[in-house]
Amino acid sequence: MAAHLSYGRVNLNILREAARKELREFLDKCAGSKAIVWDEYLTGPFGLIAQYSLLKEHEVEKMFTLKSGRLPAADVKNIIFFVRPRLELMDIIAENIISEDKMHSPRDFHILFVPRRSMLCEQRLKEQGVLASFINIEEYILDLIPYDGDLLSMEYESAFRECYLENDQTSLYHTAKGLMTLQALYGTIPQIYGKGECARHVANMMLRMKREFAGSQNQILPVFDTLLLLDRNVDLLTPLATQLTYEGLIDEVYGITNGYVKLPPEKFAQKKQGEASKDLPTEPKKLQLNSAEELYAEIRDKNFNAVGAALSKKAKIISAAFEERHNAKTVGEIKQFVSQLPHMQAARSSLANHTSIAELIKDITTSEAFFDNLTVEQEFMTGVETDKVNTYIEDSIAQKDPLIKILRLVSMQSVCNNGLKQKVFDYYRREILQTYGYEHILTLNNLEKAGLLKLQSNSRNNYPTIRKTLKLWMEDANEQNPNDISYVYSGYAPLSIRLTQVLARPGWRSIEEVLKMLPGPHFEERQQLPAGLHKKRQQGENRTTLVFFLGGVSYAEIAALRFLSQMEDSGMEYIIATTKLLNGTTWIKSLMDRPEAQTS
Amino acid sequence: MQHGKAVSLEKFRSLQDKLLLLDFSVSANDGNVITAVLIYLKRTLSKEVLFRELQALGRTEDEALLKYKEHLSIADENKRRDFLKSCLSLPFSPEDLALVQDHYTLLERQIIIEATDRQAERGGKLPTKTMPILNMSLITTLYYCCFYHYSEAKNTFSSPLNVRQTFKISEKQFFVTALAARAELKEWLDVDALFTCRNWLGFTKKKSPLSFQRVVDVLQKNSAPTQVLQDYVALVDDAELRITLAQKHKCHDIVINTYRDLKDRQQLLGYRGKVETGSAEERRIDELLTNQQIRWKN
Repeated sequence: MAAHLSYGRVNLNILREAARKELREFLDKCAGSKAIVWDEYLTGPFGLIAQYSLLKEHEVEKMFTLKSGRLPAADVKNIIFFVRPRLELMDIIAENIISEDKMHSPRDFHILFVPRRSMLCEQRLKEQGVLASFINIEEYILDLIPYDGDLLSMEYESAFRECYLENDQTSLYHTAKGLMTLQALYGTIPQIYGKGECARHVANMMLRMKREFAGSQNQILPVFDTLLLLDRNVDLLTPLATQLTYEGLIDEVYGITNGYVKLPPEKFAQKKQGEASKDLPTEPKKLQLNSAEELYAEIRDKNFNAVGAALSKKAKIISAAFEERHNAKTVGEIKQFVSQLPHMQAARSSLANHTSIAELIKDITTSEAFFDNLTVEQEFMTGVETDKVNTYIEDSIAQKDPLIKILRLVSMQSVCNNGLKQKVFDYYRREILQTYGYEHILTLNNLEKAGLLKLQSNSRNNYPTIRKTLKLWMEDANEQNPNDISYVYSGYAPLSIRLTQVLARPGWRSIEEVLKMLPGPHFEERQQLPAGLHKKRQQGENRTTLVFFLGGVSYAEIAALRFLSQMEDSGMEYIIATTKLLNGTTWIKSLMDRPEAQTS
Repeated sequence: MQHGKAVSLEKFRSLQDKLLLLDFSVSANDGNVITAVLIYLKRTLSKEVLFRELQALGRTEDEALLKYKEHLSIADENKRRDFLKSCLSLPFSPEDLALVQDHYTLLERQIIIEATDRQAERGGKLPTKTMPILNMSLITTLYYCCFYHYSEAKNTFSSPLNVRQTFKISEKQFFVTALAARAELKEWLDVDALFTCRNWLGFTKKKSPLSFQRVVDVLQKNSAPTQVLQDYVALVDDAELRITLAQKHKCHDIVINTYRDLKDRQQLLGYRGKVETGSAEERRIDELLTNQQIRWKN
């Protein structure tokens, strides 16, 4: 069982166990000793479901990475390919099969497609003449992966791009399927709210899929009261802004992948007492980040400026705890102290790690570049001079700052101005292409299509109205003891979360006008529950809402939702789901046509 | 088909039926169903008809860009140049067309400059270069020209002024690039010339499209000597900023002069400790401090 998944209101371990059970069943189907050949991309997400120990229990003796050429030697009866349904991977598999020495060591071949089978891929294997070599071809439906007790992600990187650039709704289909799986385990969700075109499509698909399985009624008592589906393009602004929570900053600076972060090793070198640190490690330090780590759970969602104080406080508590050994007089007391030692040592190690990380982050947040960048972001968010060419952006381009930084800023200006004036638009595009290369026309075009960097249309700029009505800018945001979600960006309340907040109380009817200014329809659907399953709400019992971000969500937004859950009188607890955990940089990168050329 | 059952599509015979089938499968959003239908269509429709129908669904500007994108996979520069030229007849929007035109013109020029310069290098006329400019951005190319061909006449391909004119580079961008290039070569006279302009009275005046603070930044990054930095720090309008910069770059005279102008005795006294004992600056400070004529404000 994964400890960090059981903390929340909804036990996401159920989902994880269901996924593990399916995996076990498939492995047992390929009876005998086995070796798994991995599509590298899958190892991360799979790691969240099953560790090697589970695989070993089912006779997995070796694991290899999928690559062209011959398969490595292994004395196993079965070879199983764990792959995404991608054509280029089929070609590699075919190569592996063809170069097998069938006479010498006959092995059985199987494929597990994740998350779905693909006819196109099987066709390809057929064309390559190897389809018949496989005994078991199955699909492993891994849609929503639990990342923490209140967080699910599909890690579907191209979802936003597919939906808004390519008009490809495959990701929405997978989302709907994922939600059906969720309902099968946690009960039908009685109320569905949504805002956005994609939200509408997902809801429609869910309702249709339910009708198709009309025979079987779901008898599970519903865990979720409400599902809220939100299109990313309803709030294009938030992911562009630099996140200011501890976890958000770690992601912005170092990148969190599958719940892990890789950090520069120097600060984490083990220093033995009295010895100078000799050989510094060259491998980056890899740390797991989730709520099972007590200290991390406490500080992850804080505004970074409040982290220092929290760490100091913790340091004192830990020191005091270690000092307790002086007070332990009786054998019983000593025994108790010793039993606490592992926990205290873990706490101390955790404190050391996060102190180091906080120092690394602080170096960045106290830099002039960070400050200048943040200032411009906040100017745009408060509507200051969004209709002119911005000098800081101009200078940054002239200095050849990283292209993605530039794209984030100009997109932000465009979003806050509801599109740029022709002169400004042309100027930025020209400067960018002249400085970074003409091939970036493709990226600029993609950004335009996604609505991030576009021309001003005839319609007026509604952003100031939206900002005022929804109170998106809170001047004196309290970073230390926040009373509003705007603390996550030190003043800016994420639009997406404000909408979520208002939905719970007083309801969307109070912001009809503003909702109309945001793209896509908004709607409400109800799903019938079998008789007797309607929940009788106890006095003071919280309702549970699953908020699904279609197109991606940032850690700062997640922090904001957790804040709402913790608020005294909210009466609501939130579980977050998304197609992808992202930040401004990874988001823009997914819209570039030539990611490797993005730095210069 | 969505439920995994095998279905025969043969009964969809007419073109209209097939298109309806395609519409329907697309709206079902199941990739596998769409694939199956497409395979059937591919088998039963002639290539022309199929492409015609598919193209009608697409948008021409997108296609133009998709085609343009292919240039990235062409390694040989001459072939790439020719490809870009062929792209000019694609249905781009007018703005995009102008940019693709620039791209083509730039690559064409880069090829010529590379060829000429390689030859000059072999003949010993140019120092051996480390920076090939093929496929580099326009600004990088301009930098190269400012570096190796700065004083060339306006009518050569590698003249910075010619590049500026052909590609309509903004004054600011040109200025920053030329400044950086000449500074890297430590050609301080050239740097100075960038700022000087004669007005109609015949007087020279220092003018800059870039804030002098940024100018100092660029110069300092290229290890400009203090005397050079001093000249430009002195041109910063804002006194506070000027002092900060001057202190940062140890332009003592400027600090001293500014404190004198601000009549700030305390600060001047404080700064005395920061200059070298026995230096000319120290003596200057002492002179000023004992000067009875100055009405100090503190």
